[in-house]
Amino acid sequence: MSAPRPSIELAQAVRSGARAAVDVVGEHLAAIEAGDGAVHAFNLVTAEQARDQAAAVDRMVAEGGDPGPLAGVPIALKDNLCTRGVPTTCSSRILEGWLPPYDATVVTRLRRAGAVVVGKTNMDEFAMGSSTEGSAFGPTHNPHDTSRVPGGSSGGSAAAVAAGFAPLALGSDTGGSIRQPAALCGVVGMKPTYGTVSRYGLVAFASSLDQIGPLATTVADAALLFDVIGGHDPADSTSLNRPSPRVLSVLDDGVAGLAVGVLTEFLEGAAPDVVARVREAAEACAAAGATVQEVSVPVVHLGLSAYYLISPGEASSNLARYDGVRYGLRVDAEDTVAMNTATRSAGFGAEVKRRIMLGTYVLSAGYMDAYYNQALRVRTKTIEGFDAAYACCDVLLGPTSPTTAFPLGSKTGDPLAMYQSDVCTIPSNLAGHPAISIPFGPGDDGLPVGVQVLGPALSEGTLFRVAAVVEAAAPPLLPLGSAGEVRS
Amino acid sequence: MAGPARLTRDEVVHVAALARLELTEEELDLFTVQLAKVLDHAADVSFLDLAGVPMTSHALAMTNVLRPDEVQPCLDRDEVLAQAPSVEDHRFRVPRILGEAP
Amino acid sequence: MKPGWEMVVGLEVHCELKTASKLFCGCRNMFGDEPNTNVCPVCLGLPGSLPVLNARAVEMAMAIGTALLCEIRPSTFHRKNYFYPDQAKDYQISQYDEPINVNGHLDLPDGTRVGIERAHMEEDTGKTTHAGASGRIHGADYSLVDYNRSGVPLVEIVSRPDMRSSAQARAYATELRAVLVASGASDGKMEEGSMRVDANVSVRRSTADPFGTRCEIKNLNSVRSLGRAVDYEADRQIELIESGDQVVQQTRHWDEDAGRTVALRSKEEAYDYRYFLEPDLVPLVPDAEWTNAVAAAMGPMPAARRARLIELLGDAGGRAESQADQVATVVDLGLDDLVTTAVAAGVTSALALARTANEAATDADAARRLDPDSYVSLLTMEASGSLTATQAKAVLADLLAAGGGDPAAIAAAKGFEAMSEDSLATAVAEVVAAHPDEWGRYRDGEDKLAGFLTGAVMKATRGQADAKAVGAELRRLRG
Repeated sequence: MSAPRPSIELAQAVRSGARAAVDVVGEHLAAIEAGDGAVHAFNLVTAEQARDQAAAVDRMVAEGGDPGPLAGVPIALKDNLCTRGVPTTCSSRILEGWLPPYDATVVTRLRRAGAVVVGKTNMDEFAMGSSTEGSAFGPTHNPHDTSRVPGGSSGGSAAAVAAGFAPLALGSDTGGSIRQPAALCGVVGMKPTYGTVSRYGLVAFASSLDQIGPLATTVADAALLFDVIGGHDPADSTSLNRPSPRVLSVLDDGVAGLAVGVLTEFLEGAAPDVVARVREAAEACAAAGATVQEVSVPVVHLGLSAYYLISPGEASSNLARYDGVRYGLRVDAEDTVAMNTATRSAGFGAEVKRRIMLGTYVLSAGYMDAYYNQALRVRTKTIEGFDAAYACCDVLLGPTSPTTAFPLGSKTGDPLAMYQSDVCTIPSNLAGHPAISIPFGPGDDGLPVGVQVLGPALSEGTLFRVAAVVEAAAPPLLPLGSAGEVRS
Repeated sequence: MAGPARLTRDEVVHVAALARLELTEEELDLFTVQLAKVLDHAADVSFLDLAGVPMTSHALAMTNVLRPDEVQPCLDRDEVLAQAPSVEDHRFRVPRILGEAP
Repeated sequence: MKPGWEMVVGLEVHCELKTASKLFCGCRNMFGDEPNTNVCPVCLGLPGSLPVLNARAVEMAMAIGTALLCEIRPSTFHRKNYFYPDQAKDYQISQYDEPINVNGHLDLPDGTRVGIERAHMEEDTGKTTHAGASGRIHGADYSLVDYNRSGVPLVEIVSRPDMRSSAQARAYATELRAVLVASGASDGKMEEGSMRVDANVSVRRSTADPFGTRCEIKNLNSVRSLGRAVDYEADRQIELIESGDQVVQQTRHWDEDAGRTVALRSKEEAYDYRYFLEPDLVPLVPDAEWTNAVAAAMGPMPAARRARLIELLGDAGGRAESQADQVATVVDLGLDDLVTTAVAAGVTSALALARTANEAATDADAARRLDPDSYVSLLTMEASGSLTATQAKAVLADLLAAGGGDPAAIAAAKGFEAMSEDSLATAVAEVVAAHPDEWGRYRDGEDKLAGFLTGAVMKATRGQADAKAVGAELRRLRG
């Protein structure tokens, strides 16, 4: 039995002429119009451009051409992906209204594949956050229960897919920002091996950790999207110069003979219902022919601390360019230093300021070795720890998020509590490894639970095979909006 | 290996200036507390004895990524300057610069 | 320089590489274009942009390392973080503790060996112009930034503090410039800013003492300014110490008009650059094949070429110092091949050297493109007497302007032939008759009037007369 692939089938229908792309995009734009008032997944809906793109796809089909593997499929893009001539704000006041003069490489690849961009999605400002409450333009609401967060920082993209506004979306993942919102919104989200997807045109947060990745309703759709956007890019020096794993073709190969390790440290901090879902997913793998065992990777306990030293350090440098000189917000002043200061103070939100200062501090003279450099050593240990685990296992299994979606406002007063949301996702970013979150039924509160599969570098093929098996065994999610009923 | 002392308010002021950020008194108080908490938590890293463990800056090591010395098309100047906060004479205008470049 | 004191000088030279495109992007590397026309997301520091290293810039950096006898090593790039409007990302991508070239040296013509600590790669900044009366940064109302230069490749060459006088500092700058040009990495145009020099100066009472506190001097726009500034600064520091004060470590600005260094009055910002490894780039590890290829492709350095020329010229009529100057000029302009070809063809050393250093040098670009055979043929015509010196110079000027040609044909077209003895004597006699006062004074012993009279003959014969022959005729007439 093959994994469900609605976007792939949609594209095939458009390519064959069975469906018109303009109709497809029309339906989705209508859904957005009807539903996004309550969700606020989008910073900007690019309706006119979307209709134009769809029309171009239909024209090509009519002329006997092939628009590509994503022909006519609507896709939502996180608002930190540069789109030429279309505002790219990173959900920050400092870039409000900024029009990039160029497209990100992934955007170019999407266009070439025939995808239709319906809009730019909301996010935590500059990708710093785990709830999308850090957006300067108001939070996104979880479509399953609008009193809850969608997760972050790619909350808008995850919500857009969960709400049916677009079957596909792109997000970015630095410490879990694709996988965690995917888990909280009940969709598939994947972070690729570092270097397999070009970062050119992704507004940088933490350069050695950032990766762009797919969000979709199914594993197969995410696989196709990964295949389309992945691959070497000469414009990105950290882009791997070897063939990107091709995953769609191996998706249905099953897991017979594979060794799956359940990561005990991730289970320790997770809620009981989340743990239960993970164990059920592990059983499903065993039933499908994999061997399952428990594995301990103690070093992952240090991941959070190392991450909150490395990522702010790099971020403090990456965000220095927002100085009011060349683009974006400017608050005038008598001299340039005052202008820089006034601009940045007015343009950045609290979380961004906190992380910039934290990063500046850990890089500063006298502290760098104790903090930043130490974190780089922890990174080495993390890689070693995973390598040891992968000596006995092909993939690891665990929760994506320790809990289901939490209520809006419940963690905004305590940054450290918010950072804890990423304990299960951060280690993969540190190691540069791929990982995917698959929805695996509701928790006790009726809200989605995500199960995470982790693999060593460039193991996306294996990762997706396991993900397909997990997906096939997943209990269905509750209909949108009914989670509230379960709780009461 | 001993880690550094607790983060002080003065250090936060200094760091904010380095980062071209101006904080209100309340923000300074709040951020000092919040940042100190994060750093305390990170002390589990700074106190570790990792002597001899090499640093990893790039998880997937590569070397020698180069491009040929070929001129590529540049951006259209008008498109670029249209995004600038202040332009004069086809240049980016900034208020008076007080110091020399380092 | 006061006796009882020694100055210690180290120089930091920033050299722009003459690549076609910038260090991290494909924008044109060109001086003087319309502002902000050679920019892209990378060199403007737009959100989402990423750097990719220029292979030719690496080669040129290695060529500089080779020319300066450095060890070429695996290297990495770091971010140097500071805010400034001409710094598009508000950090500069540079090299910090693992630079590409280390531990070289440069020998000065006087034999002094100056150590080269490092020669590393980094990107240049944009250019700021200041709107205000003086065009200077202080007192300006606002400033304008052009990012054409942002991202241009630089190599920063840091000498050890091995120089002990302004003369040595000047010699180092001059010789380094020649080396940079010879290595193919730079066009050496200080006036266009493609080579910028900063000086570090300190003083001490004796070589046995440790180094004193040093000051860095910026804004040196010529070798001459460098010399003046270094001398001024050394004197300033000596005066300070002798009057009981201390030298404060600081950056000072050379004021060319006032002839002094000035402490920069701006708020002394304690720069904390927070250097960390550039995560958007990967390490550079040139293999032996590449470094050998770079070394093999490089021609001989100026010192070797000067030595070769001097050996070839032999004892070309004494006056060693002026010969040394001419040799230096010829090598510096890349015209030594013209000289060696001419001498090999039988032209006398003195003539070959003089014509090249004095006349061909006036249009060095054209001279470098000249066919050596035409050049030799012209010099031979002069040496044999079929052309006078003045005529030969005129033909050469035409050759240079036209980018080549046949000297004999040009001479014929100009109607140049050497004058006969009779016509020469007649011309001289006519001038003598026309200028009785001057002739009288010359005849009575005022030798210097020979110049006036010769000049008049040259004018009357439209340069056809041979000046030496005229002089001989005048002396003969005088008796």
